[in-house]
Amino acid sequence: MEKIKSIADLKKIKEKVQAKIDLREKSEQAENLIQIKVAMATCGIASGSKETMDYFIDNLEKSGIQAVVTQTGCMGYCYAEPTVEITKPGKDPIVFGQVNQQKAEEIIQKYLKNDELVEGIIPVNYNTIND
Amino acid sequence: MSYKMHILVCGGTGCQASNSQGIIANLKEELTNKNLENEVQVIATGCFGFCEQGPIVKIMPDNTFYTQVKPGDSEEIVNEHIIKGRKVNRLLYRDPENKERVSDSKHMDFYKKQLRIALRNCGLIDPENIEEYIARDGYAALAKCVSEMTPEEVINEVKFSGLRGRGGGGFPTGLKWELTRKYKADQKFVVCNADEGDPGAFMDRSIMEGDPHSVIEAMAICGYSIGADKGLIYIRAEYPLAIQRLQTAIKQAEEYGLLGKNILGSGFNFTLEFRYGAGAFVCGEETALIHSMEGHRGEPTTKPPFPAESGYLNLPTNVNNVETYANIPVIMNKGANWFNKIGTEKSKGTKVFALAGKINNVGLIEVPMGTTLKEVIYEIGGGIKNGKKFKAVQTGGPSGGCLTEKHLNVPIDYDNLLASGSMMGSGGMIVMDEDDCMVAVAKFYLDFTVEESCGKCTPCRVGNKRLYETLDLITNGKATMDDLNRLKNLGQVIKDTALCGLGQTSPNPILSTIDNFYDEYTAHIRDHKCPAGKCKALLNYVIDPQLCIGCTLCVRNCLSNAITGIRKEPHTIDPEKCIKCGVCLTKCKFNAISIQ
Ligand SMILES: Cc1cc2nc3c(=O)[nH]c(=O)nc-3n(C[C@H](O)[C@H](O)[C@H](O)COP(=O)(O)O)c2cc1C
Ligand code: SF4
Ligand code: SF4
Repeated sequence: MEKIKSIADLKKIKEKVQAKIDLREKSEQAENLIQIKVAMATCGIASGSKETMDYFIDNLEKSGIQAVVTQTGCMGYCYAEPTVEITKPGKDPIVFGQVNQQKAEEIIQKYLKNDELVEGIIPVNYNTIND
Repeated sequence: MSYKMHILVCGGTGCQASNSQGIIANLKEELTNKNLENEVQVIATGCFGFCEQGPIVKIMPDNTFYTQVKPGDSEEIVNEHIIKGRKVNRLLYRDPENKERVSDSKHMDFYKKQLRIALRNCGLIDPENIEEYIARDGYAALAKCVSEMTPEEVINEVKFSGLRGRGGGGFPTGLKWELTRKYKADQKFVVCNADEGDPGAFMDRSIMEGDPHSVIEAMAICGYSIGADKGLIYIRAEYPLAIQRLQTAIKQAEEYGLLGKNILGSGFNFTLEFRYGAGAFVCGEETALIHSMEGHRGEPTTKPPFPAESGYLNLPTNVNNVETYANIPVIMNKGANWFNKIGTEKSKGTKVFALAGKINNVGLIEVPMGTTLKEVIYEIGGGIKNGKKFKAVQTGGPSGGCLTEKHLNVPIDYDNLLASGSMMGSGGMIVMDEDDCMVAVAKFYLDFTVEESCGKCTPCRVGNKRLYETLDLITNGKATMDDLNRLKNLGQVIKDTALCGLGQTSPNPILSTIDNFYDEYTAHIRDHKCPAGKCKALLNYVIDPQLCIGCTLCVRNCLSNAITGIRKEPHTIDPEKCIKCGVCLTKCKFNAISIQ
């Protein structure tokens, strides 16, 4: 192990491990952050929701967006998998269908960054069992 | 690729005792079976505090809080929650009031009123991984102190924060550091008092197990400010897990260059060593602690000289409690100005309490100073067990007193507790209900002090024994009102004349119960009755002639031959012969025997 020799060294280690702890710290105050739930039941995984989830996790960080990415059970739109439910603080949740990596990028750039809606929104009016 | 989910499992002593290690092993195995070992990380953390509901498993980022988990539940957690994203309902905490399941800790009454400063990392990080501590601003305070601040500035910051010692005395920490700095010597010492001898207390243990680096970092900061390059942790050998976690942490800090020579290029050196105690209560008293560290008998000596002037090896020594230290890095990072906004006028910050006794939510809590006893007992603690009536709460352990109904709205801080006839102590808080006999409670604590008195001075060695004997007479219904007066007078004399804090406070449990529960004492003495029905000698077993059919079953079971009677006619118990074993009560098929 290289010894830490300065405040700068210490900061470097902090930055390196920050993301890991972030996941725990952020989840404690999830309602103040953007929440992204990826449906990860069998139907979702088969249609690539795992890749979608990975894409969100890796690229949100790069775009500097603070969000909590979790998985949920089947939302009942198996025809539209992978489905993703996004809740911005203080807003109603929106469900997007057929979110592949391309769509995910579009959601990040348009909806998350600029509040512009993108195509593929599934109209919903239900309460999830988890709430 | 970083982990997508974290499963935090409590690895504190309490949860380990209920096999949290088995849960960890099973979870890991299950994840490996499902090829998820690189996506989901299992972490053993420190104590979550909610020990009543342990073992605790928390899943992040979903923020789901599972209680009373068994190793056998691992498969379901992985299959349902991790893979399918469905919460395992039966493992969620059930609100005792409305019986609804609550899935995250934020919505549990137990956590709502808490503010975690000393416990900030307990239950959140892996205590055996220094990098997780660093990610939570760990060692940033030390770095700031040694590279940007003078020792005087550090001391001023601590003084300004208003932090007072959490070991019991409540002495201002900054002032103590300043005093120790003033004395000139070639070698000084920083000592951590991790003796924690109060019966039932486990605040310090949980901090050392859950966040050992916070204590290490603070000791180094203290060393820098008072001019000491050596720290000693005095810890009881009965705390093996805390010792092991601290050892691991010290080793990592050395490897990272955060302990040792020339820390962060500042020229400041600091090393840490252990001194083990055998678990005597008196060895928590700072002068006795120092003698014990030197290899002498753990007996107190008079102060002054205070350790700040002449401590370990007669050199200037700063002694602080574990929890006191755990606050320091936060104060340095967030500033004294942030810290001194929390709490009451003369007691700043928070206090950790070990909540125990007849309360629903037994566990470890941390609340801002100024929180009322009512909030702690009824909101965080979830009220009295089995719907019984609250009677008293003992704070300050064997040195403290009992507080009652009329004190429920008292904001908890050092001065208010003293004014109410108890004290803060190190943070034990034992709740009693209507079934507890206050004379018996006082006797319990006196039994403890008699046992733990070091015997050096007469008032404590002989006086406490006499107090105990008098209490024994009372609980046996053999005392007079004169004895009650003698208790009060002797108690006062011991307080005034004992050498150390142990003797000076040992009569407190008696004096405060006499003050608050005088009628209960007189009931024992004058009426030979124990209103709570706890003192065996004052209970009488009687047979109801209306219900007794004379089956003779009790006669055959009474080993003291206390029961007589003719077959098929009501029997009687001779109170002189009865030893109150209770056997007849359980044997009688007609509920004819009762206690009065
Ligand atoms: C009988 C007795 C037992 C004590 N036990 C402890 C203890 O277990 N832990 C502790 O930190 N302080 C204990 N103290 C208080 C110490 O003497 C000392 O005041 C304290 O360690 C100072 O640290 P602080 O200012 O950070 O509280 C005890 C005092 C007495 C009189
Ligand atoms: S008061 Fe008790 S414990 Fe303290 S020195 Fe005297 S005998 Fe020992
Ligand atoms: S309580 Fe025990 S000793 Fe007393 S009468 Fe019943 S069986 Fe006999």
